[in-house]
Amino acid sequence: MSATVERPVVLNTEGLSKNFGGRVTASGYEGGLWAVRDFDVTVREGELVGLIGPNGAGKTTVFNMISGLISVTSGEVEFYGKKLVGRPAHAITQAGIGRTFQNIRLFPQLSVLDNVRIAYHSRAGYGLRDAIWQGTRFARKERELTERAQELLALFHLQDRQDEIGSNLPYGEQRRLEIARALAGEPKLLLLDEPAAGMNPREVHTLMDMIHFIRDKFKLTIVLIEHQMRVVMGICEWITVMDFGQVIARGTADEISNDPKVIEAYLGRQGRRV
Amino acid sequence: MRDLPSRIIVFFRRNWYLAIIGLLILLWLAGRYRESPLLFWQFIVDGLRLGFVYALIALGYTMVYGIVRLINFAHGDVFMVGSYTAYFATTRYQWGFLPAMALAVGVCAFLGVVIERVAYKPLRDAPRIAALITAIGVSFFLEYFTALDFVFTPNFINYTPLPLKITTWEVRGITFSNIMLLIIAVTTACLVLLWYIVYRTKLGKAMRAVAWDKETALLMGINVDLVITSTFAIGSGLAGIGGMLYVLAYPQIRTFLGVMPGLKAFIAAVFGGIGSIPGALIGSLVIGMVEMLAQGYLSSPMRDAIVFSVLIIVLLYRPTGLFGEAAREKA
Amino acid sequence: MNRSRFRFLGQGWLFWLAVVLIFLLAQWVLIPRLNEFRRTVWVMFPCIMAIICLGLNFIFGFNGQFSLGQWGFYAIGAYASAILTYRLGERFSYPVQGIVVQVPPLLQKLIPMAEISLFHFDAGKSGLLLVAVLFGAVLAALISLAFGYVVLLRLGSDYFGIATLGFAVIVQVLLINSDLVIPETKGARGMVGIPQMTSFFWAFLFLVFALVVIRNVLYSSVGRAVVSVREDELAAKAMGINTLKYKTIAFVIGSFFAGVAGALYAHLYAFLSPLYFGFQKSFDPMIIIVLGGLGNLTGTLLATFLWAITLEGMRIWLPQGFEAWRFVVYPIVLLLVMLLRPQGLLGKFEFGFLRAPKWPLRQVAAEAAPQVAEATAGNPEPQEERSA
Repeated sequence: MSATVERPVVLNTEGLSKNFGGRVTASGYEGGLWAVRDFDVTVREGELVGLIGPNGAGKTTVFNMISGLISVTSGEVEFYGKKLVGRPAHAITQAGIGRTFQNIRLFPQLSVLDNVRIAYHSRAGYGLRDAIWQGTRFARKERELTERAQELLALFHLQDRQDEIGSNLPYGEQRRLEIARALAGEPKLLLLDEPAAGMNPREVHTLMDMIHFIRDKFKLTIVLIEHQMRVVMGICEWITVMDFGQVIARGTADEISNDPKVIEAYLGRQGRRV
Repeated sequence: MRDLPSRIIVFFRRNWYLAIIGLLILLWLAGRYRESPLLFWQFIVDGLRLGFVYALIALGYTMVYGIVRLINFAHGDVFMVGSYTAYFATTRYQWGFLPAMALAVGVCAFLGVVIERVAYKPLRDAPRIAALITAIGVSFFLEYFTALDFVFTPNFINYTPLPLKITTWEVRGITFSNIMLLIIAVTTACLVLLWYIVYRTKLGKAMRAVAWDKETALLMGINVDLVITSTFAIGSGLAGIGGMLYVLAYPQIRTFLGVMPGLKAFIAAVFGGIGSIPGALIGSLVIGMVEMLAQGYLSSPMRDAIVFSVLIIVLLYRPTGLFGEAAREKA
Repeated sequence: MNRSRFRFLGQGWLFWLAVVLIFLLAQWVLIPRLNEFRRTVWVMFPCIMAIICLGLNFIFGFNGQFSLGQWGFYAIGAYASAILTYRLGERFSYPVQGIVVQVPPLLQKLIPMAEISLFHFDAGKSGLLLVAVLFGAVLAALISLAFGYVVLLRLGSDYFGIATLGFAVIVQVLLINSDLVIPETKGARGMVGIPQMTSFFWAFLFLVFALVVIRNVLYSSVGRAVVSVREDELAAKAMGINTLKYKTIAFVIGSFFAGVAGALYAHLYAFLSPLYFGFQKSFDPMIIIVLGGLGNLTGTLLATFLWAITLEGMRIWLPQGFEAWRFVVYPIVLLLVMLLRPQGLLGKFEFGFLRAPKWPLRQVAAEAAPQVAEATAGNPEPQEERSA
């Protein structure tokens, strides 16, 4: 996939690092564990990028740092040229980065509809006063919001489930709901953390079709974490491989699978599965 | 620990306003000290005495909280039962000091186990708050049941005669008593014993495992119920000793005796970092001294407010207390 | 789509009918049959208690913030409003002549009165009470805003509970010493001479007010943001919810109602003592909302009244010479209820209007690609080998 036309850069990280348990000293960090060290990546608009690596390579930590859920030890994240490091998580989400979690994190006791409507909150268009008074403005905005949420649910074939409690859904539907919820925030960049976890190969296949579909429909840029390599090989335009917190290779699927470093660090250990 | 001074300097450089407030308080204390150094040292000594008693109660709180994440509000009342047991054993039945203490430990440990079995164990899978409400209920029950006429009566009891003769002596004008030395000795012994149990025995290892992750501990074949019961027994036994020592130092007994010391000891445990044995001791000593200084220089009711203010400020800057493990970032 | 469903008085008509009926029954049937003491402790005081409990349930039950400090805001509301009315005193009194209605003899069995005076009230005193309640509540809300923002920024779960408990103790100590600054409070001796203005009408009115406000906030986008913090704070952040903001909002709303309750309390008993605002009583609201069920409005109302009726009723029901057993029986009852129903008395049941409004299912023209339906659904028979 060679990009002949230069598309704008969506996400750019430089020297992104995370240290757990270390202490600040005059000369930087001392001790502790570097979960991620000097992670650089540049993602352009409309791309579907894979981030792969064995378990514990630091992939989820990268996502957590980008989405602001954990603090960044050093380095910088730029989203459409805006610096993100130090901004609170909710502001980063509102700026247009949506995400899902590896171990699905729905709002367990809330209905499917409410799960999605919460993600619409920052666009609700009314405040506390309207909520207390419940006037026409509230009624109008609440209806708009709910209808949008229902449309989104319909897209994921969950519209009949709207009144069910999130945690009562079957696993596959919970996954879909989580993706729907992430899309409700109207993101420009979607971070999917192991969306295929716990699925059989055929389910993975259809999931990948779905990911293509939402990328085209919502004009998204997608970064996808996966630790099984073959899941991403087929669909990602290019792939970054991490091991022990560091980027060890990047390139197209073909380049990656022929990279000696990857074969040594990754395929060497899990080669049987590829 | 070795770079503690430099870390303190870094902390105060970052939070300079705290440094100013702290400096003002130190200046004020220095002024009081210059008025009468003797009085100041007397308050410190009294605070240490109080602090060592708090430490015994705080250990129970910290152990129980560390293992079942329950603020055991009934702990202060177990402490009260320990006081009464010691009182009746030594006065009405003329027991000696050590047998009375052993009895207080036994009664309190038994009581602690019963409370755990009746009120907390059935709720272990319920929301955590349900057990907290039963803890409050048990606390009320102990306070009001023991205040009934046929139990301990609601009246104040003056502890006379004490089971040992009080000797006081003055060192450069500061009064010490043998009670105080006794308290320090017993508390230190208990701390060492507890440290030994927690870090050097199989039971202690099981306790730490349960505190860390109950489900995994269960999978490892640890008898979680037994561990929790032993924790309650040990914590309550320590409260029994604390109850006896407390009434030796402050010989007035009432069924509501345990409420305030219980609360203060709990604060001390939080202050020192819940789940930490040295934290409970240091926290108790600091709380004891702050309390005595506040009582001496300000007023008696003011001391509760000062203690809580200190706690809130410490929590704001170290959310898990002085010696508590840093909160793990999780995502 | 039925718009009126979300209007203030819309489809909640059943609720409003119930409110009016309960008020009339209590005012003309129940209250005349109770003596002064029982009407206070069984009817008026639980109404006030329910207000603070609804506020606490909003904070703890819906937002998940473990606050043990509502008693402090209750005290602030009580003292602030009492000082205001004490200073303004009896100067405000403009009685409005009401309409006297004869009770038909047939109805006198039900309503034990010869005549009822409608619209008979003291406009001056009522206005003063309204101002005082507002003053106490706003002061409590402002203090909770400052305290809550600073503390919620850094502390969560149990540590927040301990800090707020500390706040309540500090408030009590300051009240004990308050006569140094404000002599009227008389410090530890207790404040007397507060005009007694809280009637059943006012207590009930503010209870309904608290209920409706909390219910309306809850089933709006703001309320969903509040609840999402309890459900999963991290996921809420990732969904763009400013969790600190909504924790603070919930805390301030809850404390506002604690202030309202405090102001009504002060003008119910006309006497305030710092002893009442001590730390042991401060667990009462927490006990009540857990009994009623966390995150259950109907349960909170029910539990408040059951709690008050049981606790005060024992003064009457316990045999002679067993008065001291009141607080022995109470914890046993508490223990049994907790052991039998740890999820609260009502579980998940809510009275109609207090339930989340349901939206009708909507069939949207599905534009989803067919394979999306099968993705992850575990459907056993998809078309194999569609895209190679």
